[in-house]
Amino acid sequence: MNRATNRIKGEVSIVLCGEAGQGIKTVEYLLTRVLKRAGYNVFATKEYMSRIRGGSNSTEIRVSSNRVAAFVDRIDILIPINRAPIERLRNRMTDQTVVLGEKDTLGDVSRVMDIPFGKLAQDVGGQVYANTVAAGVVTGLLDVEKGILDSYVRQMFSVKDDDVIKRNLAAVAKGCEIGGHLRTSGELVVEMDRPDTPSDELLLNGAEAVSMGAIAGGCNFIFSYPMSPSTGILTFLAQHCRDFGIIVEQAEDEICAINAGLGAWYAGARGMVTTSGGGFALMTEGVSLAGMTETPIVIHVAQRPGPATGLPTRTAQEDLNLVLYSGHGEFPRIILSPGTLQDGFYLTQRAFNLADEFQIPVIILTDQFYMDSHYNFAAPDLSLLQNKACIVETTEAYRRYELSEDGISPRGVPGYGKGFVSVDSDEHDEEGHITEDLSLRTRMVSKRLKKLELIKKAAIAPELVGSDRYEILVLAWGSNRNVICEALSDVGRKDISLLHFKQLYPLHRDVAARLRKASKVVVIENNATGQFANLIKLEAGIDVGKKVLKYDGLPFSKEKIIEALREIE
Amino acid sequence: MNRDKYDIKDIDIAWCPGCGNYSIRKTLMSALVELDIPPEKLVIVSGIGQAAKLPHYIRTNLFDGLHGRALPAATAIKAVNPELAVIAESGEGDMYGEGGNHFIHAIRRNPDITNIVHDNMVYGLTKGQASPTSRRGFKTSVQVDGSQHDPLNPIALAISLGASFVARAFAGDVDQTKELVKKAISHRGYALIDIFQPCVSFNRENTYQWFEENTYYLDGSHDPLDRIGAFQKAIERGKMALGVFYINPGKRTFEDKTGVYELDARPLYMRSESRIEKLSKLIESNRK
Repeated sequence: MNRATNRIKGEVSIVLCGEAGQGIKTVEYLLTRVLKRAGYNVFATKEYMSRIRGGSNSTEIRVSSNRVAAFVDRIDILIPINRAPIERLRNRMTDQTVVLGEKDTLGDVSRVMDIPFGKLAQDVGGQVYANTVAAGVVTGLLDVEKGILDSYVRQMFSVKDDDVIKRNLAAVAKGCEIGGHLRTSGELVVEMDRPDTPSDELLLNGAEAVSMGAIAGGCNFIFSYPMSPSTGILTFLAQHCRDFGIIVEQAEDEICAINAGLGAWYAGARGMVTTSGGGFALMTEGVSLAGMTETPIVIHVAQRPGPATGLPTRTAQEDLNLVLYSGHGEFPRIILSPGTLQDGFYLTQRAFNLADEFQIPVIILTDQFYMDSHYNFAAPDLSLLQNKACIVETTEAYRRYELSEDGISPRGVPGYGKGFVSVDSDEHDEEGHITEDLSLRTRMVSKRLKKLELIKKAAIAPELVGSDRYEILVLAWGSNRNVICEALSDVGRKDISLLHFKQLYPLHRDVAARLRKASKVVVIENNATGQFANLIKLEAGIDVGKKVLKYDGLPFSKEKIIEALREIE
Repeated sequence: MNRDKYDIKDIDIAWCPGCGNYSIRKTLMSALVELDIPPEKLVIVSGIGQAAKLPHYIRTNLFDGLHGRALPAATAIKAVNPELAVIAESGEGDMYGEGGNHFIHAIRRNPDITNIVHDNMVYGLTKGQASPTSRRGFKTSVQVDGSQHDPLNPIALAISLGASFVARAFAGDVDQTKELVKKAISHRGYALIDIFQPCVSFNRENTYQWFEENTYYLDGSHDPLDRIGAFQKAIERGKMALGVFYINPGKRTFEDKTGVYELDARPLYMRSESRIEKLSKLIESNRK
């Protein structure tokens, strides 16, 4: 690298940091939209503390000519806003990192390009405009047409005073000038092709993808209790409830939420619940009720580190065992875990239909990193989607729990037909009334478990990324798909492939055979006890050779995965 | 309508001989018949306990769920199909103890349902522990020195929350109870009717006779629209009042508040319109 200039090629990782309440989220929103519209691939992920003001939050925005969807440790350009503390980011800064900030506040940092954000913001009208200045700097630096950022600023602040909009536009102009100057003077140059296709693509985060999938799946009812990082679903559906005819209500507690969801399905609606591990823990009796009454329900659980309150705003994959084993008694369920944003959309849509068809709880497991990360992708083809309502009109002879070959009894709803629909949390007879006939009890247990045969047949196969002639098979689930894909591509070892699981339970019938083909199986997951590795042993009979585990509340970085992959013998 | 519409013959009813539940069952069936509510359009939602078994002994749709959790389910059932008549029915331990939080918030939401609470001041099915409404000093195997706490006052609580309809009855007075149940079911909005009954197996203190001696009926001098007056009646010492304590008219029902019935009166399961067009628009707007 030329000492007089800083040159970044191919892709750039920009990290903006600030205290909570300083508008990091605003900059992230603006920049990702602008850069995508300008034709770049973008990926953004934020990490934040559990507070509303103060502390230190950051957002990483990767901009690239290739598709990007993984967190990297590497910081190419660091922009601390409003004298934000950068201590938490020091371990990611190298001597290549360029810092754009107020030199006299930064202490011992090399490669600082002094940008007086504070003064610039004051000139425009106040500290609050510093983040818009920063957005301007980045767009100027990347040679994005200024008009694009202007139009997003107008749109974003459209509900505010004209004066506020004008000041934000002025802040943008100042920032663009500075960023442009850095570029044209050769002081800081980012060389990147613009593929252009991204400009028309969707730019969503996991919460939005899952929410849209729910809408596509016919969701028309959601009672939930706000809990990080799952609340985005409740918010999104609330904001669109009029358009789609969805009943949205904030429950007094999670126990209300699940019981209301079950009441809704019983009477013919398609209900959903969104929560995190601690909230799900409260719902487990309700999950058991779903199993016993054979009432469908879709439950979205966005994982965060536990136990108990844990780290409320961080990411983890610690609740697989919880969602798999909770709910006293024995009954079938399905557990899905999206990896890509497309997965979030399609799997959620599918979840409603699986729940309806098999009359079981279907749990969608995501995590904070998945919920809060944005990237661009091609819009889903809605014409491919089909919803199948499984409700029957009842006759006078209707019995809700009619014993059947495959364990599934046709599901009526009250008021539709001449029959009665009786569901009961006690062990029950075919009509749905309380029974203590122990022989009937045995048959009812078998009936409920028999459904597993059909459920297994409908299982979603894991996705193989890489050659089918692998020696080493890396297993992952949920949000780790993208980071491992990118790392694999960088490492270039033809002997390693990734098997990404979008359905964790029950496992697809081919899984054991695929695993046996490998000379070594490696599991990568964000928990301390290797929950998925244990499930693989239990359900597929395969010993996992190596576990790569992380449980500090942060997502795996591409660098960490590359290192882990290189180390595999 | 013939009473037979609701009656089921030859069933094994799991209540003790002399239980107040028998009377409540008959009274409820009469009320439903007199109101001409078709059984196929009725859903009784219950929790767990002896009282909660009642829907199994009537011809009706039923959702017999978890202990304390009838109100969330009942709220949802009514919300997704307002054409159904929905009753949430269980004992006082279920409704005010385990389900206390839901009791409070169901009143706030105001779904158009009837909440029938069988109040016998004891836990019967689990064999005799105190309940939230047990009198102070009530001795049980768990409350060995007699219940140490003051009983919960569901009438006062409901009035303080501005409940849409608040009444109390006594199972021993069949005709009056029937009329009160009819009023509660006919009321538009959340209607609470707390029905005193004896537990012949586990409560030797609050017997039929005890209730008869310790209750009286509100008469024309009580104005149910007067909230302060109603609250005073609810907290007065001495004999406990029966009848309609309080009516809070004009509260919007939860179903109205959902917004999904503003332009379309059909229950949700009847709506099969495709969302593709609207969802496409939403996706389009994100692509910009």
